[in-house]
Amino acid sequence: MENIKFVIEKSARIDKLIDGLYSAGMPEIEPHRALLITESYKQTESLPIYNRRSAAFSHILKNIPIVIRPNELVVGSATIKPRACQVFPEFSFEWLESEFETISTRSADQFYISDENKKALSQAFKYWKGRTTSDLAKENMTKEAYEAFVTHAVYTPGNYFYNGIGHISVNYGKVLKIGYKGIIEETKNAISKLEAYEPDYIKRKHFLDSVIESCEAVILYAKRYATLAKEMAEKESDSTRRNELLQIAKNCERVPENGATSFYEACQAFWFIQLLLQVESNGHSISPGRFDQYMYPYYKKDLESGKITREQAQELIDCIWVKLNDINKVRDALSADGFAGYGVFQNLIVGGQNVHGLDATNDLSFMCLEAAMHVPLPQPSLSIRVWNGSPDDLLIKASALTRLGTGLPAYYNDEIIIPSIMSRGVTLEDARDYAIIGCVEPQKGGKTDGWHDAAFYNMCRPMELVFSRGVSKGVQIGPVTKNVLDMTSFEEFYSAYKTQQSYFIKLMVNSINAVDLAHAERCPLPFESCMVEDCIGRGKPLQEGGAVYNFSGPQGFGIANNTDGLLAIKKLVFDDKTVSMREFKEAIDSNFGYGYSGDNAVKLTTEIAIELAKNGVDVTSEIIKTVYKNVVSGELGSKNSARLREIKDLIDETCPKYGNDIYDVDMFARDVANTYTKEVEKYKNPRGGVFQAGLYPVSANVPLGSQTGATPDGRLAFTPIADGIGPASGRDKKGPTATANSVAKLEQGVASNGTLLNQKFHPSALKGMSGLSKFVALIRSYFDQKGMHVQFNVVTKETLIDAQNNPENYKTLVVRVAGYSALFTTLSRSLQDDIIARTEQGF
Amino acid sequence: MQQTSTCKGRIFNIQRYSIHDGPGIRTIVFFKGCFMRCAWCCNPESQEYKIQTLIENGKPKIVGKDVTVSEIMPEILADLPYFRRSGGGVTLSGGEVLAQPDFARELLKECKLNGLHTAIESTANAPWEVIEKILPYLDLYLLDIKHMNSQKHKQFTTAPNEQILSNAKKIASWGVELIIRTPVIPTFNDTPDEIREIAKFASSLSGVKEHHLLPYHRLGQDKYKGLSRNYTLSGIEPPTDEKMERLKSVAKECGLQVQIGG
Repeated sequence: MENIKFVIEKSARIDKLIDGLYSAGMPEIEPHRALLITESYKQTESLPIYNRRSAAFSHILKNIPIVIRPNELVVGSATIKPRACQVFPEFSFEWLESEFETISTRSADQFYISDENKKALSQAFKYWKGRTTSDLAKENMTKEAYEAFVTHAVYTPGNYFYNGIGHISVNYGKVLKIGYKGIIEETKNAISKLEAYEPDYIKRKHFLDSVIESCEAVILYAKRYATLAKEMAEKESDSTRRNELLQIAKNCERVPENGATSFYEACQAFWFIQLLLQVESNGHSISPGRFDQYMYPYYKKDLESGKITREQAQELIDCIWVKLNDINKVRDALSADGFAGYGVFQNLIVGGQNVHGLDATNDLSFMCLEAAMHVPLPQPSLSIRVWNGSPDDLLIKASALTRLGTGLPAYYNDEIIIPSIMSRGVTLEDARDYAIIGCVEPQKGGKTDGWHDAAFYNMCRPMELVFSRGVSKGVQIGPVTKNVLDMTSFEEFYSAYKTQQSYFIKLMVNSINAVDLAHAERCPLPFESCMVEDCIGRGKPLQEGGAVYNFSGPQGFGIANNTDGLLAIKKLVFDDKTVSMREFKEAIDSNFGYGYSGDNAVKLTTEIAIELAKNGVDVTSEIIKTVYKNVVSGELGSKNSARLREIKDLIDETCPKYGNDIYDVDMFARDVANTYTKEVEKYKNPRGGVFQAGLYPVSANVPLGSQTGATPDGRLAFTPIADGIGPASGRDKKGPTATANSVAKLEQGVASNGTLLNQKFHPSALKGMSGLSKFVALIRSYFDQKGMHVQFNVVTKETLIDAQNNPENYKTLVVRVAGYSALFTTLSRSLQDDIIARTEQGF
Repeated sequence: MQQTSTCKGRIFNIQRYSIHDGPGIRTIVFFKGCFMRCAWCCNPESQEYKIQTLIENGKPKIVGKDVTVSEIMPEILADLPYFRRSGGGVTLSGGEVLAQPDFARELLKECKLNGLHTAIESTANAPWEVIEKILPYLDLYLLDIKHMNSQKHKQFTTAPNEQILSNAKKIASWGVELIIRTPVIPTFNDTPDEIREIAKFASSLSGVKEHHLLPYHRLGQDKYKGLSRNYTLSGIEPPTDEKMERLKSVAKECGLQVQIGG
C-alpha cells in the first residue's frame, strides 16, 4: 500500500475550469492594453517618466475589459478570451507587426490575431517608433556587442532587449497583511519625511507619487470586479452560483485594498497581485515564491476556527492553479523557440527552511503538491526545497507527483543554495528565505531585483571562433588567436578558447548593461517596486537600484559539448596524434562529412556562392548546382568524406565523455564551466549590484544549436547543444547515479544564478512505495554531493513518439522542457525530438 | 589503509542504480559462468565461463572480463552516497556467484570492510562447504526456488533440485536474511499448484518472511540470436498481470509476504 499524505478529492469545478481554459483553441492576441497605454502616453508627454508610467497603468486598469469566467471562485483576467495575451508596445513592437501574417502558423507558440486587431495595433504602434526600451537599448550598446548578439548569435540578451524584465518575487505577504491601503500609507509617510531642499527630493517625490497612483488604480480595478460580480449575481438563476458571485463581490470589495481576513480573501488578494504585476509589465517569471509560507496564517486561522474545511481550502488553491494558466505572453519567433510552450514561468516553491533555519513544511506545502496533481497543467512552475531536515513524507508526496510525468516539481537543495547566495552578500536569514524565480534562479523574494535570465550565452560559439581565429561570417568579431594549425600543445588551444570566451563575456556585459539602463530610463515600474524592499524607503524604483539586493544573471550552456570536444582534441590531435589538426578542422568545417540538408543546405550554398562572387568568380547556375550537391553530400573539401566520418567515429567511440563518473573528465568539465562562471562574476551592473552566472539554457539549446556548426565533440551542425549542466544527449551510459556524480563535480555554488539538471526516468523506476522511496534517496544523495537542482521527465519514449504522431490524443500531455514544463504538443518538432533523445534511465 | 585484494574473478557487467535486487539502490556485479542452463535465462551470455563475443545491434561485443577485487571496488564505492541514503548496497548476481566462490568471498569481504550492505542472487546449487564460506560476509541471500519437482526442474534447468532445497534449509537456519524468489515461467511452473508447493516450502524455512514472484519476460531473447543460440521458449507469452495476481494470492495463503517483482 502506498501511504501518501494529503490525498484530497478534487472538486468537480476544477475540470470544468480547465476545460474552459483549453476549449477556446489557439490563444489570441488582444489589443486593449496596447491601445490604452498609447492613448495615455500621448496625453502625458510633459510628465516625468514615473508618473507617465503610473498614469498609463491607471488608465489601463480603469478601462480594460474585465470578465468573470464560468465557475470561477477566484477572479481577475487580463484578457477576455482565456489564455489570450495583451501587447506591450513600450518595450518593442516591430517584431510583432512583422509577424502578423505568420504568427498563427510559426513553429512554436502560435497565436491568432484578427485583421481588425492587426489594424488597430498597427495604428497604435506608429506612436512608439523610437520610443521603446528596445530602441534605447540598441542605442546604448556598442556596435561590437550589438553585432555579436544580433548577427553572430554568440549570446542573446534578446528576452529583455525586446520585453519586460519580470523575474521577481515580490512581498506578497505584506500586501495580504496590510493591503494596498497600508502601502499607500507607508508611501505617504515616506513623502512626509522628505525635505524639499534635498537634491534628489524631486525624483523621489515623483516616484512615490507614482506608487500611490498605481496602488489606487489596483484598488479601483478590484472594485470593478466587485461591481461586475454583483451585476452577474442579479442575473444568475442558479442560487449556488449566485451566492458564489455575491461572495466574490464581497472579497473584491475588501481586498486587495485592505488586509485579508480569511483564507479565501487571501487567495483573491494573491491573485490580483500576481495578475496585475503582469499587466504593468510583460516580464515573465513573476514568481509567487513561498506561497505555502505567506498563505499559511490565513489557512491555519480559518481551519482552526472551523470557517473552512481542508477540502474547501484545496479547491481554492486548485482554482489559483488554473488561473495561473490563464496568463499568456506573446514573444518573437526566435524567443518563442527559446521559451517554447507558452511559458510564463510563475515559479511557486514549497518546503525548505524558515528564516531561523528550521523546517518550514506545513499543510499547504502538501496541498500545493496535491493541487499540481489535480491541475496537471504547466503553470505554476512548482518547485520544492529540500534540506537535511525535510520530512520524508513531503518528498514522497513530491515524488508521487513526479511520477505523473508532468515534470513537476523541480527539486532544489537548500544546503548549497543558501551558502551560494550568501557568497553574493545576502544575509543568512534572507538566504534561508530564498524562493526560486522563473526556471531555476534563487533569490530572496521581496528584497531582490535579480535580473536573472539576463542573456543566453552559447559556450560553443567561442569554441568555433578558435578555429576561425575570431572570424564569423567573414567578419573579424573576436580576438585574432593563434592559428590552430600552428598550435603545438593542447594548452595553447585551451588558452585560445579562454581568450575568445572572456572577450565575448565582456561584450555580453556591455549588452546587458545597455538594456538595463534602457529599462531604467523608459520603463520604471512603480507598482512592482512598491512591493520590494527598499524602493519606498529609498524613493526609487527597482530599475534604478531600489532593491536591497541587485544582480544580473546571464546563463551559459554547452559545458558537456565543450568538455567532450576539448578532450577529443587533446586525445586525438595532441596525445595520440591519430588525427592532425588540419583534418580535425576540416572535419568540423564539413560537418564530419555528413553534409547539410534542408534550409541549412540552401543557406550554406548561398553563403558559398556569395563568397565565390566576392572573389571574382562568375557564379553560374552550374556552379551553384555543384556547390549545392557537395553541400548536401558532405564532400565540401577536397578529401573524401569517409575520413571525415571516421574522425567522428573516433570521437564518438574512443574519447572519454562527461557524465560517466570519470573523475578526470568531470574535473575538467568543472574547469570548463568555471571559464564562464568565474569570468562573469567579475562584472558590475548599473543598479549597484554584481553579475552572477547561471548554467542553464531554458530551451535555447535547441534554437541556438540550430545556429551553431559542427562542434569538436562530434555533435553535427545545427543540432541541439547539451541542455543544462547535464551530459550531452545519449552520452551518459552508466545510469542516473553516475550522471549525478559527474554533474555534482561541477562547482555549482559559483553559479548562484542557478543550474539545471534534467533527468529522464521510465515510470517503472517509481513504482510502488519502494520505488518512490528509492527515488527520494536518489535525490537526497545527489544533494549530499552539492547538486543544486534536479528535475525529471517520467514518461516513456513510446508515449512521446506516439504523442508526436497523434497530437490530437495528447492535448494535455505536460512534459518538462528545461526549467519549466509545457504542453508537449505545442512544442516545435525539433524541441520534441530533443526531449525524446535525452537519455531515459530505464530498467 | 585498505589492503589491495588481488583475488581474480570473471564478470561480465557492473550495473549501477539497480532497484529490484535487494533493498535500496544497489550496484550489481554480474559473475560469468553458471552450473545450470535455464531455458528462460535472460542473461544467456552469463552461462558460459569462457569469454565470448555477443553480436549486439549488429556490432560484436566482448562479454566477460577478468578483474581483481581491488580493480572493481572504486566503481562499487562510487555510489556510496546512494547506498547510504537508501539503505542499499551491493548485489552479486550472475551467472552463478557460487561458481567463483573465492572471488565472491573476497569481494563480499571487501564490501563489508567498507560498510556496505551485501546480497547475492543465487540458486544455491553448490556443495554446502562452498556456501558456508561466504555466508559470514553476507547480509541477504536472494535464493531462487524454481520448482519442487526435481525431474521437471532438471528438464528445464538441466539440474535436479535436491541440493538446492537442502541448502535452502541450511542457509535459513544459519541465520542470514533469506528471501525466496521464483521466476514464473509459463509451461514450466505457472500453475497454482506448482506455485503453492514452492510457497509452502518457502514458508517452512525458519526466519523466511518474503517470497517474490518474478514474472517471465522476453527481454533476453535477442541475446540468444547474438550468441548464435536457439531460444527454446520463443512463442511463450509473459504471464498477464491478472494471472500474477492470482498466483500471488495462492502463494500468500501459505503465510509469507508475497510480492510480484523484485
